[in-house]
Amino acid sequence: MRNSENTEDSLKEFVRLIYEAIRSGEIPEVRLKSRTRENIVLDSLLGVWKYGDQEVVRSARKMDGAQFMAKSLYTIQFILEMLKDSKSSTLREMYYISEGWKDYKFSAQDESNLLVEDMEVITELLREDFHLRPEENGASIIGNITIEEKNRKNEFKRINCRDDVGDAGYTIPYNVESEKLRLISHDADMIVALETGGMFDRLVENKFDEDFRAVLVHLKGQPARSTRRLLKRMNEEMGLPVYIFTDGDPWSFRIYASIAYGAIKTAHISHWLAVPTAEFVGITASDILTYDLPTDKLNDKDVGALNAELQDPRFNTEFWKSEIETMLKINQKAEQQALAKYGLNFVTETYLPEKLNLKS
Amino acid sequence: MAVKPKKDEYKQVSVSEFFEKNRHILGFDSAQKSLFMIVKEAVDNSLDACEERGILPEISVRIERKPNDIFRITVEDNGPGIERTIVPRVFGQLLYGSRFHVLRQTRGQQGLGITASILYGQSTSGEPCEIITKRAQDEVAFHFILGIDVRTNTADLKVEEPVIWDRESGTSIAITAKGRYVTGKQSIMEYLKEVAVVNPNARIHFTDPDGKSLVFERSIEEPAKPSKATKPHPYGIELGELLSLSQITESTTLLKMLSSEFSRLSDNSASEILAKAGIDPEMNPRDLAKDGANAIMEAIANTKLMPPTAESLSPISEQFIRLGMLSVYGEERPSFFGKPVSGKVRIYKGNPFSVEVGMVYGGDLPSEQPVRIVRYANKVPLLFQPGSCAITQAVSDIDWRQLGFDQKQGKGVPYGPAIILVHVHGPRIPYISESKEAIAPIEEIMDEIRNVIRIEVRQLRKFNSRAERNKKIGEKFNLVSVVVPEIAKKSAEILSMEIPDCKMVISRIANVVFVREDIAGENGRKTSRTSVVNYTMENISMNLKIVYPFGEKDLEIRDLPPSESFTYDQDLDKIAGGYSGAEFYFTGINPVYVQGAEELPADWGLKGVETVEE
Repeated sequence: MRNSENTEDSLKEFVRLIYEAIRSGEIPEVRLKSRTRENIVLDSLLGVWKYGDQEVVRSARKMDGAQFMAKSLYTIQFILEMLKDSKSSTLREMYYISEGWKDYKFSAQDESNLLVEDMEVITELLREDFHLRPEENGASIIGNITIEEKNRKNEFKRINCRDDVGDAGYTIPYNVESEKLRLISHDADMIVALETGGMFDRLVENKFDEDFRAVLVHLKGQPARSTRRLLKRMNEEMGLPVYIFTDGDPWSFRIYASIAYGAIKTAHISHWLAVPTAEFVGITASDILTYDLPTDKLNDKDVGALNAELQDPRFNTEFWKSEIETMLKINQKAEQQALAKYGLNFVTETYLPEKLNLKS
Repeated sequence: MAVKPKKDEYKQVSVSEFFEKNRHILGFDSAQKSLFMIVKEAVDNSLDACEERGILPEISVRIERKPNDIFRITVEDNGPGIERTIVPRVFGQLLYGSRFHVLRQTRGQQGLGITASILYGQSTSGEPCEIITKRAQDEVAFHFILGIDVRTNTADLKVEEPVIWDRESGTSIAITAKGRYVTGKQSIMEYLKEVAVVNPNARIHFTDPDGKSLVFERSIEEPAKPSKATKPHPYGIELGELLSLSQITESTTLLKMLSSEFSRLSDNSASEILAKAGIDPEMNPRDLAKDGANAIMEAIANTKLMPPTAESLSPISEQFIRLGMLSVYGEERPSFFGKPVSGKVRIYKGNPFSVEVGMVYGGDLPSEQPVRIVRYANKVPLLFQPGSCAITQAVSDIDWRQLGFDQKQGKGVPYGPAIILVHVHGPRIPYISESKEAIAPIEEIMDEIRNVIRIEVRQLRKFNSRAERNKKIGEKFNLVSVVVPEIAKKSAEILSMEIPDCKMVISRIANVVFVREDIAGENGRKTSRTSVVNYTMENISMNLKIVYPFGEKDLEIRDLPPSESFTYDQDLDKIAGGYSGAEFYFTGINPVYVQGAEELPADWGLKGVETVEE
């Protein structure tokens, strides 16, 4: 994170580019890294996928480009005001504030989120630097790990995520940087991150965390930046291996990919979010066959997503290719809770120990 | 309400009794339709009478509710009035015009509609009808109360008295009848509205049973051109008609009868026909028997004759359709008013007919609903039996999908934001029934309807491509005139610097001269503002021709500097109803620099919609 002076300079640099172009009679243009699947490359040093060299040019020659510039300028003006007044706002609040920008307001929150990400890519800053934050999404942790979180009184409060929390666990805040959250100590061997709340509760009830010395993280579907960032910190700072346990469908594969390799939309900060050593222990097409799990048929969107993944460089490994092709062939998907076919304890007594090579 | 009678044009028929028992044949088949029929018959007669005398129609229709589903319908006009002595015969007897002698296009053809209405009123309410009529040359009006004696088929005159009536001329008829008053698609209100569309020179007042009144205003002060009466064409004659003609003709020989009683039949052709039929030209017509008549009919069919004359046709006229649609449908705010198209004179079975089509499109008209087809036969709106009508069927036969309408498998009434007006007219339009509710689907008529609709719709295609182009131009104009300056302003604001001059950037992006029209309305006054904006880097000069629906304006623009604009304001008060926008044409500048206007066509002045054979 940078200080607000740096942020202001970076943003004004962007504005100056546009201003100077107009003053010298040139059509203003903004260049930024192309944020598409075709433009992500493996950073072999870090083991994560980042944006490549392809650029897109947004030019004021076209209505789209001009609108993007005008909206960016309104957004920057809003951010600069927040920096000056030491305020912050949620992305949703900014979307509503744009109502007052009339012809330049955002048509949907997706548009404003995308624009803020574009600004991150252009300025190489984070939205936190812009004093913009997402809503809490309520992802949580249960396990023997101790942290300190700064509360509203500006005091660090020590919390053990097994002993000091209720059944729902410790809720991950949106800011998980060390100024807000410190990692103190742990007595665990691994982190198991779960896609669904149902499976999280099952593992808690079955005391998987205690029996197998695991820290359980509920991802709540596609994980928020803060969840991914905290996984990364626990992995790097505490040396805990990360295992991802999801449903067996194309969307769950993407959850894993965004944690392990980095997401396409946020590839500019993959180095900061991704855990390249994370392992997939979710349901695979092979598991559906091996365990003869109850399944649903793939719908058209599922098939489309699987085919897209076959084109996705992040999934270009033998393991993923064969699993995705098998899933397309059997035309079936399964939820992680389908394991309950063999009883409530099957997942903790058989499935996970087998996947994690814990049975000796 | 006025039926203009000539003694020899009418023939008495003893059918009162018959019609009282079979009134559905004339359309009096339900309580709601009977009320409608009474208004329709009276209004049609009023319009016919006014048209014949070149009077601008002023018609008032009032419906009052009485107890027990009884209504009193009063229709009053400013027509020529009726001579008092013939009033009992005009209203009190079921008559028919001997259309045999006079072939012309009128709204009412049978001359029995109004009498049937009186008869219907009398038998359902027990009340006679009440008539006031005055001619311009008479000092006083006459007031009648009359019923109909069904057995003798004569008027049962109860009152006849002179009264003072403070108007130049006119007729008022009041009929009391049982009925049901409804609103909607097949209502009196809808009928009057559609009448107003094709009679923009009429002022029509309407007061409904709840006392609410409404006026369809006149939008043009010009009487309609009456049709001329012509003799029948041989191709259109029927056996029975030929036989009765032979009994009443004043000609002394068959040859003379054929050449004098028919239209477009020369002595030579008449001789040829009689020779082919093997009949003595000197034969007394009174002696013509059925066999002979049959032989003549066959001979006529095998003889090449001059086509019927179009003199007997009375179109609504392009101008009236345009004005009528503008003033009645203008409030629904369509975006496009098509220039109405009148087809050529066509023939079916020896009878001339012609088709007129008008169309409004887009704007606020509903796009999810079937296209509204407004049908007319001889200027009379057709509200019933749309599915059986030649007009609906012809519309359904056209593939509308390429025109951007929804239509299942390219068949059926299309869905889209349009109102299509189709008028079929001629002295003998074939109907599917005596009540004249729908035109019979005769192939020749359907062909011509499709043909004229296609010509009308071609304009729509042009309009759509123009609208598409205008949208793109509008976007570019907005980009350079609004968004780019906003970017300049905003970036300067953030950096606390001076707002940069963006003329150069704008010229680089656009490099054209925009011609555009904005409609502004203040205090009910509408103004069209034409702006010519120079977004090139040079001074420009050009000549601009603006074509408004009501006229043209030529402008000369000299040395307009870059980023400057030239404006011209036109008051739109002259326009009644909707305004569909001006067209722009230019000369004197390289066409690649101009957006929003077209290069003046070389054939200027010859332009217009012409009917072209498909």
